[in-house]
Amino acid sequence: MAAILDAQGLNKSFGAVTAASDINVAVEKDSVLGLIGTNGAGKTTFINMITGYLKPDRGRIHYEGRDITALAPRDITRIGICRSFQIPQLYASLTAFENMMIGIGVVLQNAGRGGFLSRGQPLVPGYDLPAEEVAERLLERFGLAQYRDKNAQVLPGGVRKLLDIALTMVAKPKILLLDEPTSGVSAEEKFAIMEMIMKAVRAEGTTVLFVEHDMEVVSRFAERVLAFYDGRIIADAPPEQALNDPEVKRFVVGGALQKLDEAQAGPRA
Amino acid sequence: MSAGHAPRTLALILAVILAVGPFAPQWILFLLTIALAKGLVVLGLMLLLRCGLVSFGQALYYCIGAYAAGMLGRYLGIRDLVTLMLAGMAAAAFAAWVLGFLLARYRGIFFGLLSLALSMILYGLLLKTEALGSSDGFHVLPSTLFGVRPADAWVRYAVLAVAAVAAFIAALLVHRYLDTPLGRLAPAIKDNEIRVEYMGASARYAIHVKYVIAAALAGLGGALAATTVGHVDPEMAYWTTSGEFIFITILAGTGSVIAPFLGALIFGIIHTVAFGLSPNTWQMVLGASLLAVIVFLPNGLWSVFRRRKAA
Repeated sequence: MAAILDAQGLNKSFGAVTAASDINVAVEKDSVLGLIGTNGAGKTTFINMITGYLKPDRGRIHYEGRDITALAPRDITRIGICRSFQIPQLYASLTAFENMMIGIGVVLQNAGRGGFLSRGQPLVPGYDLPAEEVAERLLERFGLAQYRDKNAQVLPGGVRKLLDIALTMVAKPKILLLDEPTSGVSAEEKFAIMEMIMKAVRAEGTTVLFVEHDMEVVSRFAERVLAFYDGRIIADAPPEQALNDPEVKRFVVGGALQKLDEAQAGPRA
Repeated sequence: MSAGHAPRTLALILAVILAVGPFAPQWILFLLTIALAKGLVVLGLMLLLRCGLVSFGQALYYCIGAYAAGMLGRYLGIRDLVTLMLAGMAAAAFAAWVLGFLLARYRGIFFGLLSLALSMILYGLLLKTEALGSSDGFHVLPSTLFGVRPADAWVRYAVLAVAAVAAFIAALLVHRYLDTPLGRLAPAIKDNEIRVEYMGASARYAIHVKYVIAAALAGLGGALAATTVGHVDPEMAYWTTSGEFIFITILAGTGSVIAPFLGALIFGIIHTVAFGLSPNTWQMVLGASLLAVIVFLPNGLWSVFRRRKAA
């Protein structure tokens, strides 16, 4: 199958720290990728480079055959790559519904609809429905209908996460990058929330890349796993194969256990 | 979001002004016209404030509008009020379009102080320009309306009527603009600019557009003030003039496109009454009234109507 996203030879350093070292990833259309790795392994740097927040020192990123390496985040969003954030980025003083309406407004504006001289209610591209209806539908789809008129700043953490992801869906992205969609969500709710997110997102045929620390979530939802360590990709394979890779076991899955062991053993003579 | 009844209320206010104007004393007509001129400037400041930006130098565009109108009469003999107002608006909008490329990059205190610095540069330039009367400024020719100079007793009413219609149109257009996707972005930019960019919009572009609109309104107000007062001087660009506009903005609140005009009118009344009572300490009355508004109505005078509506 053709690659919708193709990152080749990405390198990124911050002073002496290498955050990405020769990253090569081709993402197939309509696939679900899980990105794993310890903190500082380079997962978010990878997402930041794809979405234009960081420019790679070397390497190119192609999306549907087009070089997008130099594009600004807003231009990358406009062509169909959206992202959610580890810490939800919402319009805190506005309600959940108003948050959605802002996002839909941007979609309308980019499509040249709903401008100063337009009459009547413009239809949202991709949905062919008025803005209010699209907002209601998306809130419903993400289980947020009951929080419609609540200010974003007073919403519980898990709900804020869902609203953050629902906001990305107003533009009907072709690729969605989810940065730790279940962080801050209780262990019991993780699967249910992830199930809801994947159902809502995959219904649109969106290709998904998600960063996740819970390996059970990864093995259940990802079709392919990219394991990051020290700015490199140390494994790129289906979940069962990647999670059993000795290097992944040592540096990613077992990383925390190993550190604990070392700490307990104390300094060696 | 903007008040839904604004267009009807605006039309009603316009009708009252036009109907009562002929019977009102001249000083009230003058007070109302100046309130409308200042209200136009504050309407623009309100747009910026909704994005979280406070311009400490909006007098720059007020002054550009006033001088543009005055210079048209002085050098080209153009005296038609509507033409002068449009010219003032266009001159200010053009200046803001150019300066906006710089200012739209800044936020918070940097935006505020940079706008203040630019207005003070104009003040300094005008002070040194003898051809424009230096610190004395110059006299603005009496304006005409569609080629006709109204009879002396009707001049003030005619100018007020034009000002009221202009303010009505400006307020309606801003009201409509606030309801467009670009207009609605203001609170989003104030809350979270990163998210605005990641939704696919340019916060800088949105701010640039609002900055130009705000300047156009200030230029319109400046031209109107120049033709009403019949004189322009560099003080129109001075920081105290900008401060006055911010004062009115805080007094009025940002709840509706009507609020700036209400704020400007109340400011004018407080100013006139306080000055009449105590010519040397009238600023204290202004200060006390602002303090009272901040303490009791932190969202401005307009919040009184909101509360009544909610009750």
